[in-house]
Parts: sequence; structure tokens; C-alpha cells
Amino acid sequence: MKIRNHRDVVAGLMFILFGVIFMVASRSYNMGTAAKMGPAYFPTVLGGLLVFLGLLISAGGIQAKAPELRIEAFQWKPITTILVSVALFAALLPKMGLVVSLVLLIFISSVASHEFKLRDTALASVVLLALSWVVFVKGLELQFPLLPLFLAPR
Amino acid sequence: MELLSNLGLGFATAATPANLLVCLIGVILGTLIGVLPGIGPLATIAMLLPATYKMADPTSALIMLAGIYYGAQYGGSTTAILVNLPGESSSVVTTLDGYQMARQGRAGAALGISAIGSFFAGTIATFLLAAFAPPLAELAFKFGPAEYFALMVLGLIAAVVLAHGSIWKALAMVVLGLLLGMIGTDVNSGVSRFSFDIPELSDGIEFAVVAMGMFGFAEIIINLEQKENREVFTDKVKGLLPTWDDLKTAFPAMCRGTALGSVLGVLPGGGAILASFSSYALEKKISKTPERFGKGAIEGVAGPESANNAGAQTSFIPMLTLGIPTTPVMALMVAAMMIHNIQPGPQVMSSNPALFWGLIASMWIGNLMLVVLNLPLIGIWIKLLSVPYRVLFPAILLFCCVGAYSINNNVFDVFMTIPFAILGYLFKKFDCEPAPLLLGFVLGKLMEEFLRRAMTISRGDATVFFTRPLSATLLVLAILLLAIVFLPGIAKKREEAFQGED
Repeated sequence: MKIRNHRDVVAGLMFILFGVIFMVASRSYNMGTAAKMGPAYFPTVLGGLLVFLGLLISAGGIQAKAPELRIEAFQWKPITTILVSVALFAALLPKMGLVVSLVLLIFISSVASHEFKLRDTALASVVLLALSWVVFVKGLELQFPLLPLFLAPR
Repeated sequence: MELLSNLGLGFATAATPANLLVCLIGVILGTLIGVLPGIGPLATIAMLLPATYKMADPTSALIMLAGIYYGAQYGGSTTAILVNLPGESSSVVTTLDGYQMARQGRAGAALGISAIGSFFAGTIATFLLAAFAPPLAELAFKFGPAEYFALMVLGLIAAVVLAHGSIWKALAMVVLGLLLGMIGTDVNSGVSRFSFDIPELSDGIEFAVVAMGMFGFAEIIINLEQKENREVFTDKVKGLLPTWDDLKTAFPAMCRGTALGSVLGVLPGGGAILASFSSYALEKKISKTPERFGKGAIEGVAGPESANNAGAQTSFIPMLTLGIPTTPVMALMVAAMMIHNIQPGPQVMSSNPALFWGLIASMWIGNLMLVVLNLPLIGIWIKLLSVPYRVLFPAILLFCCVGAYSINNNVFDVFMTIPFAILGYLFKKFDCEPAPLLLGFVLGKLMEEFLRRAMTISRGDATVFFTRPLSATLLVLAILLLAIVFLPGIAKKREEAFQGED
């Protein structure tokens, strides 16, 4: 029994996992009856369906006539840099303000690109800061601190 | 005739200076993001949704958001033809022949036909919307919970059938989406489901967050993994008008595309994307010289471009008449209406006629603006395309992050994009289509609600869905769709149609 379609097999396993998680989590709620469905009813049914589908999908990947497909390599740099930059933005925005968070977001995420050029990124930061100020603060009147809290004018 | 007086009201509403301005902003913005790959109408509308709260008039908000949607269809074709990069998923098929035409020095003709076809389709679709909305709304009043549930099942099945790739995976994505949509407080029992003691999750996950994470961020990450090599045809664009011959060949394709797009746009799960793919398949099928396709056949541009515009506009019909979103973008429109305290459904037509007809009329005005603007402004769009991706994607990230924050003024929503970005990235690696998940997510709680009510009314009798005629028809259609797809002949055709874009 050889794994031919890696993508399908792993996808199927993911679905099974999600299905199981939802079914297990639903056990803390009331099932009710078909006529009066409780909060657990629909999720349990759907969770079961998802597990079933996951099994089908994984099984399909092992069959003899399945196409031979491997999963394309995961590159760690793009995904980690991007997500770290987003997380930092979210973490810093309330206390450090838009200016700091924006600049960090732009710089860190730019590093993810293999065509990274420091000067372009610096320029982009300035332009985007100005644009953000015009569009978000003045235009849309969104509420967030601009400068770090400890620097803000009292 | 009532239709004329309705349209009159519509144009009077849409032609006020304020509404004309927002329409213009919407279509320009739409074209802009349509041209830029990596950001689409879904993410943009999601970003602007909180901003529309500030707008006093809900009609203006909807006009602008609608303009973004169909404007993006225009913009997407520009990138598809000039750079072989679909700016929008509905422009994927335009790359097949449009780019080839550009390589043959006929970029101008391709762009011209694309704009003309889109305008033609837009005009007809607007008219169809005006003509068919009232009778459909009448029909909608006969819909009970069983019918709504059946309609949603049909919609989800249709989305699965028309998704790219494996049916089972698409179905699984739908179910996963439904489950994710259940996170939050259950309306009936007041129980907070799957929230793991995180208070923000009690309100459920924001739709815009899922959209931005799975469609926006995941796309950027995947793009960064690949080395780009964009061949841009910027200086060979002269002669924007297609020749008379071109027009003659393209016209029948335009008509067919418009007809097909109008029908498919109404279907749940349909909209612009489905319309353009189907139109390309149709044109290739009925052409006497199918070998020209993929090498610069003008019907391959005219048909899909008309179809995707018609589909984009007619996809408003179910939302405006039944109050049901059939695509993720429509779900955002529903959200926009609810922000302004308008409950979407068949009663909108009678309780807010100015909004209803004004929106419809604005679509035609928007199309007119687009065709007038696009042809001269092509130069600007081309300049924009030369902005390197390494500068573009951080900007996209920024707008998404700020947008996500602005939904509830809470950074929690920004953090929540991260797991969805990871999920979206993984799904792309495993060949799973994200769009069905989004649709399931939107319909999840609604479906459960209708199922519950239908079962309560029938006192636990599940056959109620088949004993009521309307509901039975819808469910039978769904089953038929599913069955058709599994027939050996069709399975092969589906593969062929999708292979066209690889």
C-alpha cells in the first residue's frame, strides 16, 4: 500500500482531525432531538460527515490509479516572516501606535521577498505612512493611537 | 409600465451627485484592485465594510461596494491580457487567449473587445435584474424554512460541482466552513459554542478575517515562494479599437457569454468566476475551429469577459430578492445592509424601493463610467503593474491588517487572520479550494437555523423537505447536479475544462 497522492492523503487526515475535534467539542453541549435540535446536533452531524469525507479523500490517495503527487516544499522564510510581522503589528498597535507598528510591518514583511531592497522598503514605508494618515486617520476616521503611548501629547 | 417607473426612481436615486461620486470611487477602486494581482474585491470590500458604517446613506454604501465588485472584473482583464496574470480569479480564462493576442501585437483589440463585451453584458444584466427581481421576490414570499434550507443545500452543492478539482475535497471544505461558522453563540439556546473561553469568539469569527487570512495572506505567502518572471507588454499597446472583423467575430460570443453569465450568476455558488469558465468551455466547444483557442482566438476573450460581467451583476438577484448570499462577496453586501439596519429579504423591494432600484440603476451607470474610463486610463494601469511585487505586498498586508483591526477596533481580529493564513497556505499545498469553505462559513448558522425551524414545524419529520413541492424541486436539482458530475462523460469534460488553465 503505497501513498501515491500525498496531497490527498494529508488533506484527508486534516479533515478527519477537524471532524473529530468538532465532534469531541460538541459533547459538552446538549444534543436535543430531531424535532428540537440542541446546540450539539448540527455540529455533531457535520463533524461526522467531515470525518467520513476525510476517510474517503485519504483512501483516494492510496489507490493504485491515483496520480502521483507530492507536496511542494514548504519554504519557511516567507510564511514565518509574514506571520511574525502581522503578529507584531497586532501586538504593538495598541501600545506603540500606528507609526511604529506600520514601519515594523513593512520592513519585516519585505524581508520575506527574495528581491528585498532596503532603500525601496524605506521609501515605501514613508509613502505608506503618509497614505495611511490621509486615508485611515483623516478619511475614514479610524481610531487608533498614532504615536507610542508614552510619547503621546497629554 | 411599472418597470419603467421603477427604473425612473432608480436612475433618479443613482444620479444624485453624491451617489455618482461614490459610484465613480467604487469603480475606479474596483478597477485598481482588479488590475493588481494579489488583492481582490473580496478582501477590499471586507476592508471597507467598517468604513461604510460612517456613511449616512445605505444606498451610497451599496453603490460603492457594488462598483468595486464589477469594476474588478474590468480591471482583472487588463492584467490578464497584458501580463498573463489574472488580476481576478474570473480573469483566469482571459489569460488563455488574451495574452496570446497581446503577444501577437493585438493587445489593443483584446482590451477593447473586453471592455465593449463587458459593457454590453452589463447593460443587459442590469435590465434583467430590473425585470426579474419583482417576480422573484413574489416567489420568495412563498419560501418557508424548508425551502431556504433546500436552496442553501443546492447552492453549496453547486459550489462544489463547479469548484476546481476533486469533488470530495470541495465538499469537505464546505463542511469545514459550515463548522467554522458555528463558532460563537447559538441563537436558540444562548450557548457559546466552541469558544474555548475566549470572549471575542463568542460573537463568532468575523467573515472578513477569514477572507483576508485565507485569500489575502495565504496568496501572498504562496506568491513569495515562487520566483516571478513577469513579461509585461507595456509599450505595444496602441490601436485600442478592435477591427470591424474582430467585432463581427466577437459579437455572437458576447451574446452567448452574456446569456450564460446571466443564468449562472443567479445560481448559488455561481457569480463571475463560474460564468467566465463556462463561457470559455462553451465557445471552444461550439467553435468550428477549436484549435485556434489558446492561440489568440478573440471569442475566447469576448465570451468570458461578457459572461463574467453579467454573472457579477446577476449574482445580486438572489441577495436582493431572497436575502440569501450566493457568493462570499454577496455575503459582504448582506453585512453592509445589516450595518445600516436593513434586513435583507423580499421585503426590501417594497420597504426601501429607492435603495433597491437605485442600486440596480447605479450598475448601469457604473458600467458606463468603466467603459469610458478604462480605455483612456489603460496607460495608468500599466504603470501600476510595473510596481514591483516586493513593494506591493507589504502595502496589501498593511491595508488588510488595518482593515481587520477596524472591524471591532480590536487587534484580536488581526491576530485571528494568522491561523486562517496558515490554513489557507496548507490548503493550497494540498490542492483544496478555499472558496467553498468561505461559502459554507457564511451559510453555516443560517442553514442550521432553517433546518431547525423546518424540523420543529414538521415535528421531527425529515421527509418534509420532499413533501413540500418547492423544497423538493430544489433538493432534486441538487441531487441531479451531484449525479451528473459523477457520470463518466462529464467527469472527463470537467477535467478538460480545468486543464485549460494549467
